[in-house]
Amino acid sequence: MTKRDLFQKAGFAMLGLCMAANVVFLGAILWFIASRGLPAISWEFLTAAPRDAMTAGGIAPAILGTLYLTLGAVAVALPLGVACAVYLTEYSPKGWAVNLIRISVNNLAGVPSVVFGLFGLAVFVKGAGFGVSILSGSLTLGMLTLPLIISASQEALVAVPQSVREASLALGASRWETIRKVVLPAALPGILTGVILSVGRAAGETAPILFTAAAFYLKGYPDSIFSEVMALPYHIYALMTEGTHPEAQTRIAYGSSLVLLALVLAMSMLAIYIRQRQRRSYHA
Amino acid sequence: MLSVTLENPAAGAPSGAVILNAGGTAEGDAVGVEPKISARGVNFYYGSKRALRDISLDFAPRMVTAIIGPSGCGKSTFIRLINRMNELVPGTRLEGEILLDGLDITGPACDAAELRKRVGMVFQKPNPFPKTIFENVAYGLEVGGLRDRLALEERVELSLRKAALWDEVKDRLRESALGLSGGQQQRLCIARCLAVEPEVILFDEPCASLDPISTAKIEELILELKRQYTIAIVTHNMQQAARVSDRTAFFLMGELIEVGPTGRIFKAPRDKRTEDYITGRFG
Amino acid sequence: MNTTKEKLIKLLFTAAAFSSLALLAGIIIVLFREALPVFNFVSPLAFLGGESWYPTAEPPEFGVYPLIMASAWVTAIALAICVPLGVGSALYLHELAGERQRAVLKPVIEVLASVPSIIYGFFGMTVMAPLMQEAFDLPIGLCALTAGVILGVMATPTVASIAEDALGYVPRSFREASFALGANRWETLVKVIVPAAGSGISTAVILGMSRAIGETMTVLMVAGGAAVVPSSVFDPVRPMTAAIAAEMGEAPVGGEHYHALFAIALALFLVTFVFNIAAEFISRRYRLKLGLAR
Repeated sequence: MTKRDLFQKAGFAMLGLCMAANVVFLGAILWFIASRGLPAISWEFLTAAPRDAMTAGGIAPAILGTLYLTLGAVAVALPLGVACAVYLTEYSPKGWAVNLIRISVNNLAGVPSVVFGLFGLAVFVKGAGFGVSILSGSLTLGMLTLPLIISASQEALVAVPQSVREASLALGASRWETIRKVVLPAALPGILTGVILSVGRAAGETAPILFTAAAFYLKGYPDSIFSEVMALPYHIYALMTEGTHPEAQTRIAYGSSLVLLALVLAMSMLAIYIRQRQRRSYHA
Repeated sequence: MLSVTLENPAAGAPSGAVILNAGGTAEGDAVGVEPKISARGVNFYYGSKRALRDISLDFAPRMVTAIIGPSGCGKSTFIRLINRMNELVPGTRLEGEILLDGLDITGPACDAAELRKRVGMVFQKPNPFPKTIFENVAYGLEVGGLRDRLALEERVELSLRKAALWDEVKDRLRESALGLSGGQQQRLCIARCLAVEPEVILFDEPCASLDPISTAKIEELILELKRQYTIAIVTHNMQQAARVSDRTAFFLMGELIEVGPTGRIFKAPRDKRTEDYITGRFG
Repeated sequence: MNTTKEKLIKLLFTAAAFSSLALLAGIIIVLFREALPVFNFVSPLAFLGGESWYPTAEPPEFGVYPLIMASAWVTAIALAICVPLGVGSALYLHELAGERQRAVLKPVIEVLASVPSIIYGFFGMTVMAPLMQEAFDLPIGLCALTAGVILGVMATPTVASIAEDALGYVPRSFREASFALGANRWETLVKVIVPAAGSGISTAVILGMSRAIGETMTVLMVAGGAAVVPSSVFDPVRPMTAAIAAEMGEAPVGGEHYHALFAIALALFLVTFVFNIAAEFISRRYRLKLGLAR
C-alpha cells in the first residue's frame, strides 16, 4: 500500500468517525431519556395533574398547555407565512422588495429565541396588555416559527412546475384562481411538512415562553386565552432548577422529557416521511 | 393549390424579407373572409433584446396556420402573444396591434382572462393539473362559473369525445391525470382546452415530447378540430406542418420571412432562406 | 375576471409579505427602545467593559464583560467541536455514504437538529455534568466546558446539513478533472472539492456559531451561572443568554436591571444579525461563483 493510499484510508476513517459521532449522540440522548423516563410513565402520569408540591401525580396540564401554545403559534404563523410565500413566489418573483423580504426572513430565522422572548414580553405582555398568557405565548412562538413556515412554503410553491400555472391561466383562470385551485393544492404536502416542523419547534421552545406564557404550577386548567399555562419544556426546566425535592422531581423531569422528546421527534419524522413520499410522487 | 399572390396582407409590410407581388388579397384570404386574428406590425422585446421584428400575419377562420422555423426564431413567442401568455414574463414589451375579430387585444381594455377563454392553448409538454381526469377537464368550466353537476358531466364527456379520449378514460375519470401516458395527457390537455369552448386554439409544438403514434393521433385530431376552430400550430417538424396545415408561415431570427399556402411554401418557396430551411440546409 | 378583487387579493398578500420585514424592524425598534435607557445609569464603556455584574446589589453594577466572555468561551468550545464534526459528517455524506446509508444518516442529522434545547440542557445536567465532574475531578460539573461541549453537539447538525448543501453545488466536472489528472478520491476531496465549496462551508460555520451564541436553555442549565470572567474552561460561567433568561423574571419592568437585560439582548441580536448577513452574503457570492442561481 502506498503512502497516498494510507492517507486516503486514514482520512476516510476520520470522516466515518465524525458521522458516527452524530449517531452516537442521538443514540445516547434517546437511550438515557428513554431508559430513565419510561419508568415514570403511566396512565396517571399522562392524564393527571401534579400533586404534593410537584413530587407526584402527572403532567397533564403541561401537555395540554404545550398543545395550546403550539396550536396558537401555528394559527398565527400559518396564514401569514403561506401568504408571504405566495407573494414571494407568485406575485413578485424579482425586484428589491422581494430581496429585502427574503433577507429579513433569513435573518428572523437566525434571531436567538430568547430575543423573541423579550420582544414578546415588551410587545404582547406589556405593550398590548395581554399579560403572561396563552395569547402572548402563542403570538411569540408564532413569530418565531414564521420564517420556518415561509421557507418551507416557498420551497413547496417553487417546486410546482410553471407549466401548470400557464395551463390554468390559458384556460381563462385569474391569477388568484390559479393560486387557490392549482398551485396551493399542489404545494400542500410541502406546506404541511413546514407546519409539522414548526409544531415540533414550537413545542420544544422554552426561552420564548419563559416571560410570556409559562407558569411553574397552576391549580386547575387554563380557562381562556388570557390564562397562564404550564408547558412541557418549562416544566422540565422548573423541576430541575426550582424544586425542593430533587429526587422525586428528577424522576418526573425524565418522564416529561421523554414525553416532549417523543412528541417532537414524532413530528420531525412525520415531516421527513411526508417529504420523501412526496419526492417520489413527483418523479413518478 | 391555387395560388394568389400577395404574401403579406398588412400595410406596413416587413423589411425586404417578404415577398410581395402587387396588391390584391392575401392567400389566406382566398376564401374571401375576414381574418380571425390579425397581427399588425408586431415588435416584441425581452428587456432590450428584440425577439420579434415587425411581424404582420393573418389567421383565417377555420383553417390551420402552421408557423415553422428553427429554434429560437420567435415562433413560440409570437403565438404566446395571441393569448397574452408573455405577460407572465417580467420585463417584456410589445409594440403593434393584434386584432381578434377586428378588436385589439393587446391593450388594458381587453381582459386577459376573458381573452384566454376565447383563445385556448395547448403547450409543448403535456401539463395536466395534479388532479383527477374529470377535474382537469372541468377546471376551466368551474373557473368560468359553471357549478351544475349534470351540465359539468355532460360538457366533460363531450370534450373528451371531441379529443378522442373518452373511450380510453371513461372508466377512470376519478383517477389522477398524471397516471395517463404522455399522448393521453396531451389529448387530455386538448379536451381541457375544448371544454371552455374557445374560438381559437393555439398549439405550441404539441407533439414535441410524444411518440409517432401519439403524434399521429394528435394530428388527426387537429384536422378534425379545424372544422370548428381557428387553429395556429407552432412546429419545428416540417412534415407535420405539411400534413396538418392550410397555410404556413416561416420565421427566422424574429422575422416573418414568407407566408403562403402550405403546398406552395413547400413546393415553391420564393425566398432563398425558406428554401434552405425546407431543404434542410440549416436549422 | 374581476380585476378589483384581484388587486385587493394581491394587496393582501403584499401586506402579509411585508409582515416579516415589519417583524424584524419591530424587533430592532423594541430592542433599542428598551435597551437605550440603561445608558442613563451607566456609560456604554462601563457597560461593555465593566467586570462586575451585580444587578441586584445596592447600588447595582452593570458590567457585562464577564457575560460576554462567558459567551465567547462557550461558543469557542462549541465551534471546536461542531466545525470538525459537522464538516466531517458533511464530507462523509457527500463522498462516502451510498444511497442506502444516506437514507438513514440524513434523517439522523435532521432528527438530531430537532431535539429541543431543553432536552439537551436536561441531558447535560443529568448525564454530562456528572461525567465531567468525575473525569476532571471538578467540584461541580456545571462549567464552561460542559456547556461548550453540549452546544457543540447541538450545532453539529446545523453545520453538517448546510455544509452538505454547499458540497452538493460543486460541479461534477471538478472531480472528474481531478481524477483525470491522477488524484485519488481523498486528494480530490481535500484539494479540489473542499476549496471549491470553501465559502459555502464557511457559511455553515458562521450559522453554526450564530446558533451556539443564541442558544439559551442549555447554557442556562449547564454553564454553572457564575457571572465572573472565566479563567479556565472548568469555571462556571454565565453567558449572555443565560443572564437574560435567568434574571428577566425578577427584574421589575422599566427598572435599570430590565433595561440592562434588554441591552444585552440588543448586543446579542446585533452579533447574530451581523453573522446572518455575512452568511447570506457569502453564500450568494458562492453560488454566483459556481454559476448557480441568480
